[in-house]
Amino acid sequence: MRALALALLALGLALPALPAAAQGIPPLPHVYWSFQGPFGTIDTAAAQRGYQVYKQVCAACHSMSQFHFRDLAGIGYTPAEIKAIAASVQVPGPPNAQGRRSLVPGKPADAFPSPFPTAAAAKAAFNGVVPPDMSLMANAFQGGPTFIYAILNGFRNPPPGVTVPPGRFYNLYFPTHFIGMPPPLHNGAVTYADGTPATVPQMAHDVATFLYYVANPHADARKRIGVHVVLFLVFLTGLTYALKRKVWSDVEH
Amino acid sequence: MAELGLKENDFKNPVVHWVDARLPIFTAMEKEYRAFPTPKNFNYFWNFGAIATVNLLIMIASGVFLAMNYDPSTAGAFDSVHRIMRDVNWGWMIRYIHMNGASLFFLLVYVHIFRGLYYGSYKKPRELIWMLGVVLLLLMMATAFMGYVLPWGQMSYWGATVITSLFGAIPVVGHAIVAWLWGGFAVGNPTLNRFYSLHYLLPSIIVGVLFLHIMALHTVGSNNPLGIEVKGPQDTLPFHPYYTVKDSVGICVYLIVFAILVFFLPHLLANPNNDIPADRLMTPPDIVPEWYFLPFYAILRSVPNKLGGVTLMFWSVLILFVLPWLDTSPVRSCRFRPIMRWLWVLFVADVLLLGYVGSNQPIGIFILLGRIGTTLYFVHFLIFVPLFGVLERPLPLPESISKRVLGGGALASAAAAARPTEKA
Ligand code: HEC
Ligand code: HEM
Repeated sequence: MRALALALLALGLALPALPAAAQGIPPLPHVYWSFQGPFGTIDTAAAQRGYQVYKQVCAACHSMSQFHFRDLAGIGYTPAEIKAIAASVQVPGPPNAQGRRSLVPGKPADAFPSPFPTAAAAKAAFNGVVPPDMSLMANAFQGGPTFIYAILNGFRNPPPGVTVPPGRFYNLYFPTHFIGMPPPLHNGAVTYADGTPATVPQMAHDVATFLYYVANPHADARKRIGVHVVLFLVFLTGLTYALKRKVWSDVEH
Repeated sequence: MAELGLKENDFKNPVVHWVDARLPIFTAMEKEYRAFPTPKNFNYFWNFGAIATVNLLIMIASGVFLAMNYDPSTAGAFDSVHRIMRDVNWGWMIRYIHMNGASLFFLLVYVHIFRGLYYGSYKKPRELIWMLGVVLLLLMMATAFMGYVLPWGQMSYWGATVITSLFGAIPVVGHAIVAWLWGGFAVGNPTLNRFYSLHYLLPSIIVGVLFLHIMALHTVGSNNPLGIEVKGPQDTLPFHPYYTVKDSVGICVYLIVFAILVFFLPHLLANPNNDIPADRLMTPPDIVPEWYFLPFYAILRSVPNKLGGVTLMFWSVLILFVLPWLDTSPVRSCRFRPIMRWLWVLFVADVLLLGYVGSNQPIGIFILLGRIGTTLYFVHFLIFVPLFGVLERPLPLPESISKRVLGGGALASAAAAARPTEKA
């Protein structure tokens, strides 16, 4: 069994040295997130700014169908604020006698409405690609929020000799480099309520923080509970081990 | 033959006494889990079967709660799973337990299998324990594969498509079989429905086979790190309290690892693409199975011919069934097998290599590595194991477990190894 440990170690050292080669995609930038690590928590001020970016920019194209207005409570909005936010948005109401849905003001229990009635409508508007739903966007890509941040900051003029197909835009971090999303952010695209200067990196960081919350609404609670669970189990392990020593103390082994 | 009628028993509690006279479950518990004579020299590798049993129970419990809120339709599956994550009370914890529990289950069982390989636990008289173990492994694989399809993400859908299509390689009837598995002409709603049904059924069958696994074990008794037979009561301890408490230590450590995964790294072992809803018009750039299938996936992809790959992949597991008869050595434990212990290390390294190859596209160096790994895998079982059982000169075996434990063993140079329970 000692030999196994040696073999594992050797393999563990050798294998990661072979990188998973992605063709021409630079490595993701190093970005600090308040929620990283076992004790990190979501920075609610940043998430609220990010919500503003989402509402004023991304919501024009991307749906977020699993997220409800009431879920905004997790980033510090009060019930009254949530009621007002929901009421300011038109959501599809119950079908009428003709089977059509009219738009009615939202309630906290409603999900965020989609900008397009169907995926086909979105596809038609964007040369055959659908803006992906944002409910799980921060989990659905390798790199998570850092990938979102990189995409939003990754728009460039194409290198010489590269022609970008019509309706596409050159992006450093998109797998094919030709993304169907027009650069959504420019400096000052939103005016932050808290006065933070709205630069592209700032907005990208804020909206990625918000989207991390959207995809992981229980992350803070999860880690908080986890600390207690692990501490308890370590204590229990200590007790059990002591008991084991005691039980075995009369055995020659 | 046992007499029919009320059974004698010594239980003082009148209710227990009454029940046991009619249904001797308390006598059975007493015999199998208290007094059961167990070799006194187990190391902590003998914990893994008990830990895997606990893991199985956790999977069943968490699965029942997931099923209460899951919708097995292609239109509703993805959303229902993520509604569990967001809106069901403690739903995120239940799902993370079930998701990470599946991975841990394979980790535990793989350690359990390699323990058996190292200490020769598959040899006479434990062939049936081992073979029932292989049945358990196959059942686990089927359960895990179908479970992974249920959240209906991109990897669910494309994984199901790739794996079920493999049966299309069978000559003549292949395509009919695939259409029969799918219940249609592509992976779709009928496929999801039947996978859900089977995913709920198979764990109960696992429980049944596990029962037989333990019954066989309690008939012939456990192996031990020395691989020699128990010679008498001086070599054993009653299972309770000695091994109940020792298993409890292992279970506690396992729970710590489990909790760290669930609460701090719940996505560590998950493929991010499965958080994108299944889309039959968009093939993901790379379809990779969960880590615990990677070595088998590498074997599958290392053969240029589809039927050949499928055949080798199935044989890579099935060959375990005949291992007890491939091994020609009279000695069980690799402690006394100077050559086999290194071949065992080589084999572990080979399986890890195959796992690594399986996580990469079969291009360039990975084609070669996959073929070397696959060849070595089968060479190990078909050549090394039979051949070195004959060629190798085993070290002298200790006279008995208790002699060995008290330092009277034949091999002074490995004196440290003679007190495995203290070392572990
Ligand atoms: C004008 C419409 C539009 C706006 C506004 C917009 N997007 Fe997009 N987005 C798209 C489209 C279309 C795609 C699909 C691109 C593709 O697949 O080629 C997309 C794709 C993406 C992707 C996925 C990239 C990938 O690898 O698949 C991310 C991340 C993203 N958008 C983030 C955002 C964020 C954050 C905002 C708000 C700051 C935003 N988008 C605003 C249209 C938009
Ligand atoms: C559902 C998965 C499984 C469970 C829950 C399980 C459980 C157990 C338990 C509780 C024991 C007794 C304790 C121990 O020796 O660790 C045991 C022993 C054993 N198991 Fe398993 N097992 C599983 C799968 C397997 C597999 C896949 C194999 C091999 C292919 C296997 C081979 C063995 C052998 C050979 C023994 C006897 C070991 C000895 O006596 O030294 N088991 N199992």
